[in-house]
Amino acid sequence: MNQADTAWMLISTALVLLMTPALAFFYGGLVRSKNVLNAMMMSFISLGFVGIAWAVIGYSLAFAPGNAIVGDVSRLFLKGVGLESNGTIPHLLFMCYQATFCIITAALISGAIVERMRFSSYVVFITLWALVVYCPIAHWVWGGGWLSKMGALDFAGGTVVHVNAGVAALVAALVVGKRRDYPSSSLLPHNVPFTLLGAGILWFGWFGFNAGSAVASNGVAALAFTATMLAPAGTLVVWTMLDIVRSGKPTAVGCATAIVVGLVAITPAAGYVGPMSAIALGGLAAFPSYFALIVRARTSLDDSLDVVAAHGLGGTVGAVLTGVFAQKAMNGVADGLLFGNPGQLIVQLTAVAASAAYSGVMSLILLKAIGAVMPLRAGAADEATGLDVSQHGEEAYIHAEGAVAMSNSPSQALGGSHGFAQGHSAAR
Amino acid sequence: MVLLKAILRPDKVDAVKEALVALGVTSMTVTEVRGHGKQKGHTTIYRGKEYNVSLLPKIEVEVVLPDHLVEDAVQAVIAKARTGEIGDGRIFLTPVTASYRIRTGELVM
Repeated sequence: MNQADTAWMLISTALVLLMTPALAFFYGGLVRSKNVLNAMMMSFISLGFVGIAWAVIGYSLAFAPGNAIVGDVSRLFLKGVGLESNGTIPHLLFMCYQATFCIITAALISGAIVERMRFSSYVVFITLWALVVYCPIAHWVWGGGWLSKMGALDFAGGTVVHVNAGVAALVAALVVGKRRDYPSSSLLPHNVPFTLLGAGILWFGWFGFNAGSAVASNGVAALAFTATMLAPAGTLVVWTMLDIVRSGKPTAVGCATAIVVGLVAITPAAGYVGPMSAIALGGLAAFPSYFALIVRARTSLDDSLDVVAAHGLGGTVGAVLTGVFAQKAMNGVADGLLFGNPGQLIVQLTAVAASAAYSGVMSLILLKAIGAVMPLRAGAADEATGLDVSQHGEEAYIHAEGAVAMSNSPSQALGGSHGFAQGHSAAR
Repeated sequence: MVLLKAILRPDKVDAVKEALVALGVTSMTVTEVRGHGKQKGHTTIYRGKEYNVSLLPKIEVEVVLPDHLVEDAVQAVIAKARTGEIGDGRIFLTPVTASYRIRTGELVM
């Protein structure tokens, strides 16, 4: 047990947990005002359902010994996960740290299906997805599974988190289908400041995501921290230049997107590359995602908030470039193409292809299975009214008065606890 | 000259706008409004208490039309904005006695 490591991992865990509310702001700003609560809830709800699924079942499937494909059931209900050390930190802390990754990965998918998926079907989907898709892939890469034995480099989750969520998002967008008024000129972001706020807090939290993935308070953490600071800066500069060349104006949504793409791309590489490589990697990662966004918007694929372009493609580019820029001199793990080891590139491509294939097939099966039991989409009228009112009974922005408190409270309407309601008001 | 004022479901505005532009209507004013007719409103819940929101979000489109376009414009709005459910909105026609272009000060007929 190491106290410095434990302290840093306690902080990192809280940092990564904050990324999910940050994602809610990032996504929430990009949708129309009638759907903002629903879009944000799709991220927030993962904190609950996926968090519980992880503690009860998921951690065991991902990190119990098991075989090369999946863990086993020996850690169900966190059996045997206590204050003993796992590496140099308490086992429970390691479990919590990994939980935050599972939570945000599931939430990432929501960007592809906002503004039309039924909330209940979505919650069922991401909870099962976390167990059936995320946990095995996490086991392959971090839990002693076959990709880690093959030597695939994925420092903080380029394949496990971003390629995985990106592919699942693509499948979800296709299965759930496009919004009824897509493509239309009025599907515009309603609050770009939210999106910038979300991108900023995501960057802040990502220091825990990447530097925390050293699972130690040491030089490798500092290396990953440096990469996390410099790579998105590289992406932001290149993205801004592309914006200026293409449209003459550097856009704010572009800025927020660039930061996320840079963070996604550096995720698998963070602890393996030097600072100048990080800048180059971030800069290079801007190109494919920038043009994928433009092309996607002209197609019939309604990946509404471009999860595929930002996370799927950004994660793939990052995982591949890790095989180019990795440098043994930095942390002693492996060299990439630039440092005389072209074979690493093949290993990286294998990891991306395997994760993408598994995620794609399993996400498709899950969505079809859920779709057979319950409708995946909100009805046409609900979609037109907006999912805030139809799914949650709330509006984000009330501009005019005109709401009348109903004389019956919900509990009274259900014929119940009259006394409770009276007692409650009397207590005030 | 007639002022056509249409109160519409928010998700029907794009279709109505396109139909009016296709008729040759070049200028319009669009306002986010709230109101109600026969539509009942919806129920919201905040901190455990239920509220009936009777003033629903609508979009008001205003266009000033030469007399010969009025009938076509009314039919276009109805065709594009109708769902058949309560809450589809209303169209009001008002005679306009004069209109001035502010930039030039000229009287526009």
